[in-house]
Amino acid sequence: MIALLTRDMRLAVRAGGGFGLGLAFFLIVVVMVPFGVGPETALLSRIAPGVLWIGALLACLLSLDRIFALDWEDGSLDLLATAPLPMEAIAVVKALAHWLTSALPLVLAAPALGVLLNLPPAGYLWLILSLAVGTPALSVIGTFGAALTVGLKRGGLLLSLLVLPLYVPTLIFGAEVARRGAEGLAVATPLAMLAGISAGAVALLPFASAAVLRINLR
Amino acid sequence: MDLTVRNLAVARGGIPVLAGVQFTVSPGRALVLRGPNGSGKTTLLRTVAGLQPPFEGSVTGAEDRIAYAAHADGIKSMLSVTENLSFWARVFGTGEIAPALAAFDLDALRDRLAGNLSAGQKRRLGLARLMVTGRPVWVLDEPTVSLDAASVALFAEAVRAHLAQGGSALMATHIDLGLTEAEPFDVTPFRARPQLSHADEAFL
Amino acid sequence: MSFWEYANPVKFIRTTDRLLPWLSVTAVLCLAVGLIWGFFFTPDDFRQGSTVKIIYLHVPSALMAINAWLMMLVASIIWIVRRHHVSALAARAAAPVGAMMTVIALATGAIWGQPMWGTWWVWDPRLTSFLILFLFYLGYIALWSAIEDDDTAADLTSILCLVGSVFALLSRYAVLFWNQGLHQGASLSLDKEENVHDVFYFPLLVSIAGFVLLFIALVFLRTQTEIRARRARALQARERLA
Repeated sequence: MIALLTRDMRLAVRAGGGFGLGLAFFLIVVVMVPFGVGPETALLSRIAPGVLWIGALLACLLSLDRIFALDWEDGSLDLLATAPLPMEAIAVVKALAHWLTSALPLVLAAPALGVLLNLPPAGYLWLILSLAVGTPALSVIGTFGAALTVGLKRGGLLLSLLVLPLYVPTLIFGAEVARRGAEGLAVATPLAMLAGISAGAVALLPFASAAVLRINLR
Repeated sequence: MDLTVRNLAVARGGIPVLAGVQFTVSPGRALVLRGPNGSGKTTLLRTVAGLQPPFEGSVTGAEDRIAYAAHADGIKSMLSVTENLSFWARVFGTGEIAPALAAFDLDALRDRLAGNLSAGQKRRLGLARLMVTGRPVWVLDEPTVSLDAASVALFAEAVRAHLAQGGSALMATHIDLGLTEAEPFDVTPFRARPQLSHADEAFL
Repeated sequence: MSFWEYANPVKFIRTTDRLLPWLSVTAVLCLAVGLIWGFFFTPDDFRQGSTVKIIYLHVPSALMAINAWLMMLVASIIWIVRRHHVSALAARAAAPVGAMMTVIALATGAIWGQPMWGTWWVWDPRLTSFLILFLFYLGYIALWSAIEDDDTAADLTSILCLVGSVFALLSRYAVLFWNQGLHQGASLSLDKEENVHDVFYFPLLVSIAGFVLLFIALVFLRTQTEIRARRARALQARERLA
């Protein structure tokens, strides 16, 4: 399992795709927002937590179709299926690799982008925390979506259509934590819900992803 | 332990292509599948490898003992030859990649990115992967495609060594590898009677 | 006699063929009675005026929007467990009907909301949940149409339906939480079942029955179509073999 993880991370870093591209996209989305809504500082600082969450979510989405598609095209997925790794483990490792290479950089970059949007000082801690707790769910759900669309020629658009509705609860609770944190309100309830969704998704969805992969390999 | 196939029928796209296939491959032996294109050799090999469920019948002695190699080598072009091989070695829990590199004459290329290899070199890398899996049963689909004569000889030597160590092999190929341990197996007589899938039949 | 024998496509078509005329006629009758009764023979609400009468379209369609998804969920589970093709095709057939019901519910809601709240759309928990449900329908239908192999498509969509149901439920609670978080003690509420008077209640019941029957009839019809399409493909396959 560690072998697969290190290989995927090495590939992500070398090919340059998932790593830099997602971050750049995140930056661009955040830069575009003031052009759309106007430069008024008070407004920007009010919408900052939500914008940062949506930006991170979209940047996460960008690299999803690479999770299985490349391994599918060059036959590695067939070979992995005959390897001693259970399919569930493959799904978990793939999600973890996606989180480490795509989501974690976003979490770390979010505060810097928060500065651009005048995020209130109280919000930084909660922004990072909510993203750190919420993005694992995004990666695992995305892996499920990628497994569903792996055999399809042009699965990218369909993947977004399938995955985005599944992202709704995570986005709501995650952005709520960040928003309340920025306004100095209590964050315990949404944070607990966010952690619950993440934990549940990480625990259960790999089984669904594995089942879907087996069907697609058939 | 023998690899035994009993009364096996395999289906492509829900429609059976081969039926009633029976054979046994003992340790130290190789079976070479013969038959024209589209006769179902690939489907048979995928079924034996466990990538798709049998339409009918059973495969025994395959569970966790198979090393499968198909048309696609599963090589990552952004990784070097050594990195590609050691990845599979670690996945299968075996450590040594040096014998595999030597057997397929890849020593000189070990630090080259796999993306810069020629088609034949890639193929050799894909076949070297078989050796690092440590699995006793090799299931090979057209292993000699894009190999030159010298490389085919290397491959035949590797198969011979594998069989000598008590391994076995099941492969589909048109080239005579000159293996005395190998017996041919023609799949043509097992062509399935044209028949609809169970699912389709329910709708008629 | 087992219930499962209707999982045989031929038997299903024969049975539904006999049922369909009755179902359609009763559905049209119920809808006509319910809607005409509701629109013309009930008094105006003292607060909402005549706009309240859209309730006879809004409530039944909203009800069916959710129940269609539930039906798809059950059909998906039957397919996963027992692998009856009719079940998978019925789930596929129900999806566009359910999606349309969701659109009707959303549209009538907007038309009702305009005079009542002064706006076509508010991000009320219920409205939002239905919008999300609509997105789930879209994803499900898109996945069905993207996959060529029938059985693979049935397998994948049924798993999507299972996972989607869990997340749709989660979204419902998330949305409830989110809206309360936005404006505490909102004065807009859609809880109308509680204060519906008998005068409105009976025609409403009849329209609901009409929508249920209409849904069943449409699903039967569409399932028949799916079965026949599948049958045509099977016949073509047999022709190619011969």
